[in-house]
Amino acid sequence: MKSLKTLEHKLSDPAYQLDVLNNYSEALKNQPKFKEKLEEIDLSPLKPTGIEIFQMNVGYMCNMTCKHCHVDAGPDRDEVMTKETFEQCLEALENSGVETVDLTGGAPEMNPHFRWFVEEASKLGKHIIVRSNLTILTTAPKYQALPEFFAEHGVEVTCSLPFYSKSRTDRQRGEGTYDKSVEALKKLNEIGYGKDDTDLELNLVYNPAGAFLPGDQENMEKEFKRQLDRKHGITFNNLFTITNLPISRYLNFLMESGNLEEYMDRLITSFNPAAAKGVMCRDTISIGWDGTLYDCDFNQMLEMPVADNAPQHISEWNELKLNNRQIKVNQHCFGCTAGAGSSCGGTTAE
Amino acid sequence: MSDTYYNPKDLKKFEDVGEFGPELAEKFFDYYGAVFEEGALTAREKALIALAVSHTVQCPYCIDAYTTESLEKGASEEQMMEAVHVASAIRGGSSLVHGVQMMNKTKDLSM
Repeated sequence: MKSLKTLEHKLSDPAYQLDVLNNYSEALKNQPKFKEKLEEIDLSPLKPTGIEIFQMNVGYMCNMTCKHCHVDAGPDRDEVMTKETFEQCLEALENSGVETVDLTGGAPEMNPHFRWFVEEASKLGKHIIVRSNLTILTTAPKYQALPEFFAEHGVEVTCSLPFYSKSRTDRQRGEGTYDKSVEALKKLNEIGYGKDDTDLELNLVYNPAGAFLPGDQENMEKEFKRQLDRKHGITFNNLFTITNLPISRYLNFLMESGNLEEYMDRLITSFNPAAAKGVMCRDTISIGWDGTLYDCDFNQMLEMPVADNAPQHISEWNELKLNNRQIKVNQHCFGCTAGAGSSCGGTTAE
Repeated sequence: MSDTYYNPKDLKKFEDVGEFGPELAEKFFDYYGAVFEEGALTAREKALIALAVSHTVQCPYCIDAYTTESLEKGASEEQMMEAVHVASAIRGGSSLVHGVQMMNKTKDLSM
């Protein structure tokens, strides 16, 4: 499967995506706007609560081409963060109280500077999270050794596993994904990840394989733990349930399957003020592969950089100015405020 | 007037049935909400039971709603299909078990 970008699909244009979300049909035109919803609960303009997570998207290159990918990542994408940009990130981290570095992609492991950066960020005493697709850990020998490398540096591994059954996982992420994921999880377990007697944290990310919302996180975690233990003897720490945001490839799926209006309606009618207060853009900054700063990874994919009065690039890092910016919002943001809320760390509503 | 008996859009109007009788509707929806709360059975198990019953009462609205609900509660396709087979087995069995009545009657009437 090729990326939308390679296919020159019109949905690879972020401006077109935003136009679809706002104006695709009369029903969508007439839906309340996200900004209005925030105004109703006195949360507009949306402001940061202080940067706690430094999320770096180190490139859109990936060994997989998942149907729901909001990044439109794949083997045919060649955007990767350069060493110079990594160095600028390290400099910003050195001059910041931010304690958590969250590495995402694409497959972040495929960036040629990935290991070097993990070592350097580790030296700064930062807590490092890697968002792994799991299958990369079962491919070339250089990736197979990564679990030990992660353990050596105390890296938290947060991995995608859309479901505990093979059929649904493979349907969303490609044939063979489930078996490879199980193999990688077993390897991570073998070296101590996801075990009660170690500090090596292994978290799974669930996102629905279709046009429906994720269920209750606590119950889903119980069922994932029961099923993965029963079937494969696999253990893990936490399950994070994430709502699919209607952009990029998932938006394409919604449109092609005729589910767009109903899904948006579901997101909007499920708007939860408590979830809105806890949206991740309030405590996270997203750094693009080229160093551009965004409010979140979704705004990054929609090419909506941080507000003009804040630094636009990691080389201009200024935490005070960033903490005083206004966060940019649009209709896709309803994905983070539906029901129990959604973020890279799972639900947000208390 | 709709030209079909079932319109998918009517599912969203379920809560409007109180328009012609709010008091009883309120009682029903309070009860309905309480039934589906997490209890001795998990919410997922209740969704699967509701899915099976939906097939037994052949309610398209209910099948639509509880298919989505089962997916959202984390049920697998295998679990959902097994639930439908449970409904089918009971439906089929309920017809078949009356065959005993037919056999009894036949024997009563026969020389």
